[in-house]
Amino acid sequence: MSRPPADTAPRPAGVVHSRRRAGVPTHRRPGGTAWRARRKAAGRAYELLCLAATCVGILVLLVLLADILRRGLPTLTWEFISSFPSRFPQQAGIKAALVGSLWLLALTALFAVPTGIAAGVWLEEYARRTWLSRVIEVNIANLAGVPSIIYGLLGLGLFVRTLQLQRSLLAGALTMALLVLPIIIISTREAIRAVPRSQREGAYALGATRSQVVWGIVLPAALPGMLTGIILALSRAIGETAPLITIGALTFIAFLPTSPLDPFTVLPIQIFNWVSRPQPAFHAIAASGIIVLLVVLLSMNALAIYLRDRARRKLQW
Amino acid sequence: MTLAPRPDARPGAPQRRSLRRPLRRALRERFVEAPLLVAALVSIFTTVGIVAVLVFETFEFFHEVPLWRFLTDTQWTPLFSEKYFGIVVLLSATVLTSFGAMVVALPLGLLAAVYLSEYASPGVRRAVKPVLEILAGIPTVVYGYFALLFVTPILQALIPGTAVFNGASAALVIGIMILPMVSSLSEDAMAAVPRALREGAYALGATRFEVAARVVVPAAFSGIVAAFMLAISRAVGETMIVAIAAGQSPTLTLSPLVPIETMTAYIVQVSLGDTPYGSLEYKTIFAVGMALFLLTLALNVASQSVLARFREEYP
Repeated sequence: MSRPPADTAPRPAGVVHSRRRAGVPTHRRPGGTAWRARRKAAGRAYELLCLAATCVGILVLLVLLADILRRGLPTLTWEFISSFPSRFPQQAGIKAALVGSLWLLALTALFAVPTGIAAGVWLEEYARRTWLSRVIEVNIANLAGVPSIIYGLLGLGLFVRTLQLQRSLLAGALTMALLVLPIIIISTREAIRAVPRSQREGAYALGATRSQVVWGIVLPAALPGMLTGIILALSRAIGETAPLITIGALTFIAFLPTSPLDPFTVLPIQIFNWVSRPQPAFHAIAASGIIVLLVVLLSMNALAIYLRDRARRKLQW
Repeated sequence: MTLAPRPDARPGAPQRRSLRRPLRRALRERFVEAPLLVAALVSIFTTVGIVAVLVFETFEFFHEVPLWRFLTDTQWTPLFSEKYFGIVVLLSATVLTSFGAMVVALPLGLLAAVYLSEYASPGVRRAVKPVLEILAGIPTVVYGYFALLFVTPILQALIPGTAVFNGASAALVIGIMILPMVSSLSEDAMAAVPRALREGAYALGATRFEVAARVVVPAAFSGIVAAFMLAISRAVGETMIVAIAAGQSPTLTLSPLVPIETMTAYIVQVSLGDTPYGSLEYKTIFAVGMALFLLTLALNVASQSVLARFREEYP
């Protein structure tokens, strides 16, 4: 990095001013071709190292998917999707778990989406810089870092025991709603912040009130961004296992829930149950269950990415 | 929107109406704001709820088990008839798996971030980032399956004597799980380093490697440290991978090849059993949860204060 400037000025006789003459090996001499080549080689090696590190993640993803498909595809049949769990792996299916996951998804969305959007709107459009808004902001950042199993303990202590909801869908959905709320609030705020100021000021100049600006201008413009965040939050809720185990969701359910107060199981818990058994036949149907879960999740993610890209292309203010 | 003038706003209309309208509008605005504020306060209630539940049950627990036994016992056997409550056993397992995960995720994540931020063309970045996002979105129960049924057999073939349930396999897979988080947060920190710093170094004749290693990474250092701390916090709170792959036998050991039980795995173990409400076993999971909560909270707060105090301000 520190190549000395070309020295052409005459020097006093008798002073050794060349490294070559002083006996310094050429390859150490800054600016020498060998030195430059070595620096280039080091840079190249480093680039390859970085590339390899980036590929590790992609490679693991491919290996994981290949392993799951290899093990789980043979047992992924319509019977598997439409049967209740069983002691015999050949007869076991994911009907109760899949329906339970969909129930949980709908109820969680019902609680978390309106609350998350309302909180995001308040923080962005209404809150002044007071201690209260600062406390709420810091609090949301911290809640996003709380391990999911702690939310499970909250659900167990608050919803299952104190509010006497037992091990019901409602208790599970309320727990999940609290878990994903910070994600929805944060993404709502980002989407709202992306709406340019001029749009709001134009509406205010026409005499609109704050709520009219929010409903008429801000929310429609921020909708695609908010949807992306909501879908990602809900896909987190579908994949979570630990909080639901903690609140005591059952692992063996041979009926479908008919109301939010019924006991339930979900896909990840069913998969966990099968993985924990020693028999390889259960591992195979666990892999089949994972395929179903990943198909649901990846299609949700694809929808979120599509909405985000469309929003980016459409919104050119 | 009703921005048009009201049809009854004739020039001769009583003066009172025009005075009352803004007042009514202001009142209506108040009514709109109130529920929004309540929604924002739900997050506060959540924190209060978590702390209240944990503190209440933990208090009950320490009513029966003295704090010093919790801190000094070297066995963890609350489910046996002879009970010991040494949290250090569970804590050591958590530290072991988290440390192993960081050994995997730290170098790989940092190098991947350097590649994405300094070397990759925009096209490559557009292709790689969604893949990393998918990796981050895979449910942890799937990673647990992968650890137990794919990584563990490989470890057993490589290192004879490895148990079916072991810390090493769980640690490796947790490392893979937090890899996208480390790399994307570190990359964000590097992207915030101003172009002028890089261009100054290039103008002095630096190679890309020298710019990345001696200019960008040092300039983004606080952001990278904050990312690492958040990632450690994720690894500490990770539940399903350790519950599936690391086993459920609380052992005080430094060996990654034998079954261990982390704090999170213990909570899962008790939750799966039929523990009566109000029993001592029931209360232990809240005491363990409290320890876990304090540990992750400390890491998150440390991460935020690193960002706040050591952030390099570039004009």
